[in-house]
Amino acid sequence: MSIILEPWPWYVSGPLISLTLFVLLFLGKKFSMSSNLRTICAIGGAGKSISFFHFDWKAQRWNLIVAFGVLIGGYIAANFLTASEAVILNPTTVSDLHALGFESAGSAYLPLELFDNAIFSDMKVLSILILGGILVGFGARYAGGCTSGHAISGLSNLQLPSLIAVVGFFIGGLIMVHVLFPLIF
Amino acid sequence: MRSLIYLVVGIFFGIVLFKSEAASWFRIYEMFQFRAFKMYGIIGSAVLLGIIITQLIKRNKIKSFFGEQIVIEPKENGFKRYIIGGILFGLGWALAGACPGPMYVLVGAGFLPVIVVLGAAIIGTFLYGVLKDKLPH
Repeated sequence: MSIILEPWPWYVSGPLISLTLFVLLFLGKKFSMSSNLRTICAIGGAGKSISFFHFDWKAQRWNLIVAFGVLIGGYIAANFLTASEAVILNPTTVSDLHALGFESAGSAYLPLELFDNAIFSDMKVLSILILGGILVGFGARYAGGCTSGHAISGLSNLQLPSLIAVVGFFIGGLIMVHVLFPLIF
Repeated sequence: MRSLIYLVVGIFFGIVLFKSEAASWFRIYEMFQFRAFKMYGIIGSAVLLGIIITQLIKRNKIKSFFGEQIVIEPKENGFKRYIIGGILFGLGWALAGACPGPMYVLVGAGFLPVIVVLGAAIIGTFLYGVLKDKLPH
């Protein structure tokens, strides 16, 4: 049991993600987390004026159920399957993050400076979270997929468009962390 | 019954994402700093096994659990939408430290500010729908 409570190593986690992909394919579905965001827009009535959201969202109900399951999975993992949430990082990463002002690096699952409930009254942090979210949602639909659709299932299907998208993910991530972080934080 | 299967698949995947720490902002930061192998190990091994699974399904024309033909739709060819969309996604992934799957995980894990990120991601998706025809693809 104690092994389960520790962070799972990559050689366990990676294959379990492949297993998720396999089960979804075997159920005749696809592995696509960001599609749910489009479905939510359609449920909200966006299809009335914007054709991109005019589709039979009821056919996507299965994927919303998967997403709801993912949420429950997060609850179960955090509350019952984890002894310590602290993510053990490379010491250089910890000191870099401390220098950027992230004191919680090395002792938490997420930086408290961005994800503690106290941030709800912090306009700067709220703006950062909103900007990050908008970029993820906009970028995922523009590129036609996110990490699950392009990086995992797309690369698994040896698709060139997915390789281009994943290269894009990395260009964006590297620019953010190396160029923009010192300006933002 | 089918709904229950989808729910169980989701729960399983959610647990894996949390326990692998792929849902941790810190791990994403570390990945873009090239300071730890973990995220590369996770994505690399998932893709390697995924390639084998996908090719086996395609070559052997395996039927789904419900007896239907498994169809893996390829993405349409293109460059601009994938590179530009990808870069925008990557900027957000590194800033918020979460892609869509981990967002659901983290809300479930009790990190309430992630609801803001998720809400903003829905708005971002909506904005794409509005601007779609004006963007290069």
